[in-house]
Amino acid sequence: MAWLTLQDLSVDLGGRDVVRGVSAEVSEGELIVIVGPNGAGKTTLLRAIAGLVEPKSGTVRVMGHDPAKAQRGVIARDLAYLPQQYELAFPFAVEEVVLLGRYARQRGLGLASESDLAAAHEAMAACDVTALATRRFDEISGGEARRVIIAQALCQGAKCLLLDEPTAGLDPAHARAVFAMLKTHCSRGAAAIVVTHDLDLAMRYAGSVWLVAGGRLAARGAPAVVLTGMSTRDAFNIDIHVGDLPSGARFAVPA
Amino acid sequence: MSGFISGTSGRLTATRLAYAVLISMTVAVVFAMLVPHFGVGFDRGGRHLELLGIDAYTPGTEAHKIFWIRMPRVLAAMLVGGALAGAGCALQALLRNPLAEPFTLGISSGSSLAAVIAIRIGVEAKFGGAGVGVSALLGAIATLMIVSRLAQVGRQLPPATLILAGVTMSMFCSAASVLIQYTSDFSEVSRMLRWMMGGLDSMELSTVGYATIPILLGLVVLTMFSRSLNALAAGPEVAASLGVSVARTQAIVFMVSSLLVGAAIAVAGPIGFVGLIVPHALRSVLGPDHRVLIPASVFGGAVLLMICDTLARTVTAPAQLPTGAVTAVLGGPFFVMILIRQKRRAAMWGRP
Repeated sequence: MAWLTLQDLSVDLGGRDVVRGVSAEVSEGELIVIVGPNGAGKTTLLRAIAGLVEPKSGTVRVMGHDPAKAQRGVIARDLAYLPQQYELAFPFAVEEVVLLGRYARQRGLGLASESDLAAAHEAMAACDVTALATRRFDEISGGEARRVIIAQALCQGAKCLLLDEPTAGLDPAHARAVFAMLKTHCSRGAAAIVVTHDLDLAMRYAGSVWLVAGGRLAARGAPAVVLTGMSTRDAFNIDIHVGDLPSGARFAVPA
Repeated sequence: MSGFISGTSGRLTATRLAYAVLISMTVAVVFAMLVPHFGVGFDRGGRHLELLGIDAYTPGTEAHKIFWIRMPRVLAAMLVGGALAGAGCALQALLRNPLAEPFTLGISSGSSLAAVIAIRIGVEAKFGGAGVGVSALLGAIATLMIVSRLAQVGRQLPPATLILAGVTMSMFCSAASVLIQYTSDFSEVSRMLRWMMGGLDSMELSTVGYATIPILLGLVVLTMFSRSLNALAAGPEVAASLGVSVARTQAIVFMVSSLLVGAAIAVAGPIGFVGLIVPHALRSVLGPDHRVLIPASVFGGAVLLMICDTLARTVTAPAQLPTGAVTAVLGGPFFVMILIRQKRRAAMWGRP
């Protein structure tokens, strides 16, 4: 059974149709990468799946729940969402920020239990931020902060991850490390939908690529097929070249 | 900064929470015990009574009488200071804005307007000071309802519209107050001004009694929401995806904070700056975790207002100053100091 189902999903923002008739399914183990030009509706699609905007029509189901209607505490155990913009109003330490991910699993004052700490440390190690644990969140670099909030999303322990440009601002090595980590994470019984503008990362790590253009799901399928397809060329107005490196790995660049 | 209290060492542990709360509670209790004694030092004629009021415990002595007149005042200062600082801390967290305060949200102006109206139509003459206090509380509730109705977008209360609505309401209420004062006679105007300066003089034990339970309950509720307020620091969308019921949290915290402020104003009139200074200063020492910061602010606010009230009573003894004027005089320069320090550090939040 699919973990995540979208049926003819349409979203209207301020009277404008931003997402139009998207239907798709995501199952355990899948790493989906969404690509598409600016303003295509990628973020809105992700927010609709997270239940943060109500659909105009169509349905979203996450593990059988409607995320826009169900209690947030219930949804948060199945679904973690990382927005494009993340602004922390107070200067928490990195470890505290990561531990915020445990919100839905704590009670009362929510002092961190052993299992909370174990989850936080595992997530910090996976995102290479363990060394930053006691630093103030507002004093680390933009790329480091990005990795910290990915760790927060991981720490949440949800099976489905929705990440909006998680690697924006990361150096190439860390960007790859994040995708490699997500791939491993998915293969161990999770699923992720990741929005990115890095077509090369999409090529290398995605199980399946969704092209979103004009609010529609214009194409979906294997990375090489979607990225070199006509729809992608039309959407970006540019050719994408997919090639092989001497090592045998494949890469994608705008031609 | 490091150490078990400073937030830089990372997560909150039970030990750190216990230490922080215990220390602030001890400080508050010590001040509460000292303050009435200092206050007893002088009577209305400026004569020095039995030093530090040892005799205050012997019935029949003059010091004993003055002690019992002043004890409710000290208790009221603790309650009002705690309520204002706790509510200020929660509002800052809710609105993700360091400048959020009962004054910025129009609650103070609204309840002042209600008090001014009450004095103008003679409520004070019929029911005494308590009548004005109750009117002020009703004014706070009415303002809260209008402001949150104005600010509501969908089911949420976005900080920006909330502050806009608050400022609008505040300006309207101030203007209306001025208009009513203009049409009042001289003695009414002087009572209105006196009330609007905020003070704790002629406090009665029964007033303190009525206010205690609602204020303590409100502060407990705010502390219960402190974890959600931490998550809200990352913004409403992240908080929602972490599992916070954002609309519910916003509604309850906003309502409870407003009621706390309303109760504080009903007891003591509008007393400014406490809700702004205390959380701000403590945040730089204890870190931003609201599970520590809210209870610590409550005790810190209690201590600050006790100090200010003692100053109000003693600096110009035998004459007395309005407590609200003292907090404003101390608060203004303090605020400027924070501003300058932060500008130098180019950071919005001070945790050195």
